Formats: sequence, C-alpha cells, structure tokens
Amino acid sequence: MLHFATGEPVAEVSQANGGLVARDLRKAQLARDALREIPCADLVRMVQRAGELFLSADLPIGDALQSPDDFVRQQSATTGLPEQLCRMNMAKLGGVLAQLDQILAALTRELDLGILTRGFGDEDGVLRSYQAASPVLGMVLPSNSPGVHSLWLPVVPLQVGLVFKPGPQEPWTPWRLSQAFFEAGIPRQSISLYPGEAEVGAAVLSHCPRSFIFGGQATVDRYRGNPAIQVHGPGFSKILIGDDAVDDWEQYLDPMVHSVLVNSGRSCINCSGIWASRHTREIAAALAARLGPITPLPVDDPKAELAAFTVPGQAEAISGDIDRVLEEDDVEDATASYHGGRRLTSHERYGYLRPTVIRCGSPQAAAASKEYMFPFVAVVECPQNEMIGSIGPTLVATGITRDEAFRQSLLEATNIDRLNLGPIPTTQINWLAPHEGNIVDFLFRARAFQVA
Amino acid sequence: MADAVRQAREELDTWVREVVGWHFEPSTGCPFWLEWAERSGWDPRREVEGFDDLKQFRHFDDEWLRGGPVRRWVPKAYATRPIYVFETGGTTGVPKSRINIDDFRIDYELFSKTLPDDCFPPSSNWLMLGPSGPRRLRLAVEHLAQYRGGICFSLDLDPRWVIKLIKKNWMEHLKAYQAHVIDQAMTLLSANHDIKCLFTTPKLLEALASRLEVDGSSIKDTGITGIFSGGTEFTPQWNRFAHEELLDGVYMTPTYGNTLMGLAPSAPYTPEDSYKITYYAPQPRAVIQVVDADDTDRVVDYGGTGRVMITTLTKEFFLPRFLERDEGEREGPDKRYPWDGVSGVRPFGRLESPMTVGVY
Repeated sequence: MLHFATGEPVAEVSQANGGLVARDLRKAQLARDALREIPCADLVRMVQRAGELFLSADLPIGDALQSPDDFVRQQSATTGLPEQLCRMNMAKLGGVLAQLDQILAALTRELDLGILTRGFGDEDGVLRSYQAASPVLGMVLPSNSPGVHSLWLPVVPLQVGLVFKPGPQEPWTPWRLSQAFFEAGIPRQSISLYPGEAEVGAAVLSHCPRSFIFGGQATVDRYRGNPAIQVHGPGFSKILIGDDAVDDWEQYLDPMVHSVLVNSGRSCINCSGIWASRHTREIAAALAARLGPITPLPVDDPKAELAAFTVPGQAEAISGDIDRVLEEDDVEDATASYHGGRRLTSHERYGYLRPTVIRCGSPQAAAASKEYMFPFVAVVECPQNEMIGSIGPTLVATGITRDEAFRQSLLEATNIDRLNLGPIPTTQINWLAPHEGNIVDFLFRARAFQVA
Repeated sequence: MADAVRQAREELDTWVREVVGWHFEPSTGCPFWLEWAERSGWDPRREVEGFDDLKQFRHFDDEWLRGGPVRRWVPKAYATRPIYVFETGGTTGVPKSRINIDDFRIDYELFSKTLPDDCFPPSSNWLMLGPSGPRRLRLAVEHLAQYRGGICFSLDLDPRWVIKLIKKNWMEHLKAYQAHVIDQAMTLLSANHDIKCLFTTPKLLEALASRLEVDGSSIKDTGITGIFSGGTEFTPQWNRFAHEELLDGVYMTPTYGNTLMGLAPSAPYTPEDSYKITYYAPQPRAVIQVVDADDTDRVVDYGGTGRVMITTLTKEFFLPRFLERDEGEREGPDKRYPWDGVSGVRPFGRLESPMTVGVY
C-alpha cells in the first residue's frame, strides 16, 4: 500500500486468492465451535476489553508493534482521511465495543444469549429455538470510512466467526480490531482476514452462508434480493423539514451542517438532501456560507475536515458530474462564489472536492437524487405532501416537524430505514437500534422446536 | 545467447518475407489480403524485407474477422483443401472466425515438444476439461493427445453460456453449470480410462481439485501426472496456490494463446522467482511484442509494462500487429526461446469498458 499523496510505500500486504478462501471456508464450522466453548457473557467481556486495547495498546502488525498513533497515521496515509477523522472513527468503534452488552440486549430484546448457544431454551415459560444461519459472517469491506466496522462488532459475542475481505486501502481497522480481540482472549480460529483482489470478495460472498458487502449502487443492484447477502450501499440520507417548522429553518442550521460535513461526508448516514417546501434559497445560502469556505488542509492538521479522493480520476469525474447536473434550469450552486471556480483541486496522485451545496427548484432535478463521497447536499424545494413519494430510498431521514399527520406518514414510509423525529443530525446514531436490518435476525433464524 | 538471438531474428525476417510473399502473391494469397493490397496502393512483397517493415500495416482490426464470406480468408493455394473454421467471442453478435487447415496441428505438435515425457507419458490418454463447440482448443487438444499416441476424452462446456450467466448475474446458475461440467469430468476420471494428462483452465482445475478434495481424493490420486493449462488469465499468485495447495507435485505448464495467435508456452518458473510466468510465442509462426500503449510502434524496455501485440505469420493466416486486450511486462530471451517474452499478462487496464473474463 502506498501513501496517497507521496506514493511512498506504507505497508506490504500479502494477498490471498479465491481458491484459498474457498478451501478455508470448508472448515468454517471450526470458528463457531471454538466460540461456542466460551459463554456469550464471557465473550462480551472479552470484546469490551478488546475495545480498550484497540484504543490504547501496542498491538502486533507484521513483525512490529502498532501504537494507536501509528494506526491513525497509517490509516490516514493510505485512505486520505484526515488524522482527526481517523481518531474520531477509532473512538466511535471503541465506544461501540464498550457498550456492547447493552447493544446486544437491545438487538436481542434481552434474550438469554445461552439460548443462542444451546439452540433452544425457555424464555418466560415459552420454549424458544434459534438456529445459526451460518458459522461465520463474511464481510467484503470498503476503504471509504472506518466507521462501518461498527456494524459487525456484535457478531463474535453471538458465537459467530468473522471472515474479512478488507478494503484495499483500509486493512488497518479489521486487522487491529482482530489483534485486539485475540489479545483479549477471543480464539484465533474465529477470525480470518483475506486481503486480495475482487475475486477474493466474490469467494467470500460465494462461500459464506451469510455476508455483508459494502459498495456503490451497482453493488446494491447486483445483490439486492439475495437473502444470504446484506448489502450496504449509498444511504441517500435526508432531512425533511415540515411546513410547520420551515419558517424557523435557521434554528436547525447546526444539525444540517453537522449531517452534511461530519466524517468528510463519506458515510452512508451523511445527509445528501435537505427537502423543504419553501425558503430553499435561503437555506442553501446559509449552508453554503458555513460549508463553502472549508478548504483542504494537511491530513495531520487537527482542523482538517476534508478527505482526499485517492482513486485516480474519481474527484475529476464527480466534479464533472456536478457540472452536468448544474446545467438544468432552476438548479444552482450556492457554494460557487466561495469556491471561486475551484471546486476541484487535482494533484498528481489525489484530488479534493470542496463542500458543495446545490439548490434544486424541484425533486425532478437530477441533482436532487445525487450522493457523493464528500460533503455534498442538494436543498430541494418540494411540497410537503409530495416529499415521501419523491425522496426515494433513504437510509436515515430526519423529520423536523411537529405536525402529527406528517410524523405518522414518516413513520409509515417504507422507503425510510432509520427515522429521527426532531432536529437530530442524520449522523447521530443510537447504537442500541438496528442498522439496515437487525444483525441478530440476519444471523439467527427463529424456528419451531419441540423436545419430548 | 546473443548468437541464438541474432539467428532467431534472421530466421524471423526470412520467414516474414516468405509469408508476406505468399499472402500477397495472386496465385497463392487469400482474397482478403489481395484486395487489401489493391486498395492500399502498395505492394508488401516489394516493401517488406523483415519483421520491422510490418509496421506499414498499422494494426490488424479483428472486426474484419466478423462475418463472411469466410472463404475470403482462404489462400488460393489451399482452395481445394478441407477447411476448418474456429470462432472466438460470439456471446452476443457475430463471432470472429479464423480459418484453419493444418495450423492447429502444427502449433500443437510444436508445443508437444515442450512437454516432458515423464509427466505426459507417450500413449497415455487425455481429458479435455475445457470449452467445446466451434473452438480451436477443442480439436487442438485432441490432436495433441493423438499426436502423442493417446486418446482424448472431452465433455460439453459452452463458454458463451457461462459469460451470459455472469453478465446476467445468475450466480446460482453459474455454480450449477460449473458443477455440471465437473460432474462430467469426475465421471470420466472414475471410468477406468487410464487418463494421465489433462487440459484445463485455472478455474476449472481449482473446481476439480476442490471436488476431489471434498470426496477425499486429489488430482494426484486420479492418476493425472501432467496438466497443460490456459484459456483464461493465469496469475503468478494462482500458480503458486495451485502448486502449494492443489497439485501435490503433479506437473502443470501454463500457456497463453488464442484462436488468432496459436499457443505460447511458458518458460520454467520457480518459487524463488515468485512463480512468475513468462510466455514465449512460437516464433517465427507468431510473435509477441509488448508495446507502449500510447505509441504502439515503440516496444517498451525490458521489464517495462505495455500492451500485448501479436503477429501471426503462417501460410494459412496472416495477422499483422494485432493489439490484444491484455497488458504485461516485456521479458528477455530464454535459452529455449531466444526472443522476447511477456510476463504478468492481465486484462489491459485502460480499455474503457472492462470485459468479462470467462470463468469456464
């Protein structure tokens, strides 16, 4: 792996291939067998301890030890993510591990985890039975944001093994978390990590009975409807401002800015659309005044908020796409005056895009349904009664309204996954809630069971 | 080595003059090239004195091979001979066709000389675990087996259907079709046919080894002693994996080739060289060059990366300077093959729309 800016080698990563994965996964049951020998409660304590180690310990990497600061610098060097955002994501993962007992209680509705170990058991006088759908969870992971690793943290305490195909630029987090898990006593045979080309990801998906994959819209379209694969793609997360609240829009500017900007706009939970029936020009102008002046800073600058695009040509392609959507009538770039014609800065090996706010006069504008991997938001003018039908799939919707009828419509909208009612940033996650489906339901099947 | 390289080059230049003379002589050449020469306004017989002069042809456009009349490719000297036609592509639309008379036999007889007899015992039987249908490979492997005194068993495998399955994302069907192909191979291998030699692709070798392992057996246990492999991308990493995990000492030789060029064998590889595979064209009948993608008249330096360009020079078929959909690194001459080779062959990254690499 090379430094995103200088091209200097940062690490040498051995590569697996699809055949190796296929052969190993014939023995996947060994991972679950090893974990089933340890009570779930003990596993929970181990991973909580692993969280502390992840945040603070020197952990093995190659033939050396990696300190937390090494981790941050190395992750930043290959992903282009500012070091302060690497630290933020690191703290987030440590925080999730620290409260894993509560998270598991919430996700299982306080089920006695021993029932999952034994396969059946009594719960309030009712015989319950759960069957693990897979001895391991396969994961084809992305490079764009280390925060996504929070999704798989509850898996090991459920006595299900992990099979990683890390993102090409970001093996750091799964590796360091694995080392922390091992150090805390989790059996080594329960976690496998296979860096490699796309064929390795395909082998993981093909040979694990349950898998996660992260990717773009094409990946989502490819695997949608496959019950063995949970696809995590673009979020198209939005803030919807009701007619009763829109005249007070200035009160909600902070959560709007936060939703767009945090983590350099790289997460699926970052807001890419703010929808309102009026005041859209004023909202866009106010957002532009906050976001437009933000410029790229060196990755080790504590004030750096923008991540670099490290895939050659990607920043240029996105900027070109934005220029195209701006050609439509009644679509304008509210940040243009702040950019001075330089939304894109290209370097030899990387590029930056400055935060961009587009105002769209109608939901039909192409810009209204765009999501990019940087702070980008479309402020879309749309009558309240047409919003839910026009927003499309939405991972996180924040509904700012006290209109009970509109709130009820939002609650019932099946195109919305996570719903926040009130001025809550789309990026503010309650870890006790399921994300894109409950992982326990994905890994375990409730079934009928009788014993005589 | 320098003398061998010089001699090989002289032989190539002589052969180029003979082949160009043949294809552009009205009494022997094929209608396509004779008409081409008439349109182009120059006479290759007079202007081509050696391999370098083939630059004047610019690049062969493989679109010329789509559609008929196919006889425009038959040299007049061979007009009364039995003609084979082999196809490449064709998952959708009209496939590219190449006529053959004896080329596939000659190419594979030359290749046969590179196979060690202890691993590919003369008179032993073969299994062709690869594409069937209108493909040169299908008949060529059978001829190779016969040439070495054996009998070749084959099976049904339609690679066009495989590519359709991939494009449609019907992965369950893809798995089922692969299992169907492996079922056929397992049946043949278990039928007491004394099969010792195998042609297969990397993916099918892996699938076969996997099935055998699940059944408590192995490639070696089936009695196979030699494998000739090719047909799809063949990485050093996979080569190492095959040797360390699948083959248990069974000999395997990777090859690079296609219907248009023929078959390029590989020089021996070693773990110390990271299982790097270097292919050498069967010169002078075919030539592989690694050229600058932006200036295809320039061959890259040794070790440099470039696009693979092939030239086929037989009396049945003349294909000058065809830019392949592959890239790789230019390699120096080998004692067995005193001319340039290519290693690290992989799909050419700069092609706008990534092509589907077959998994058959």
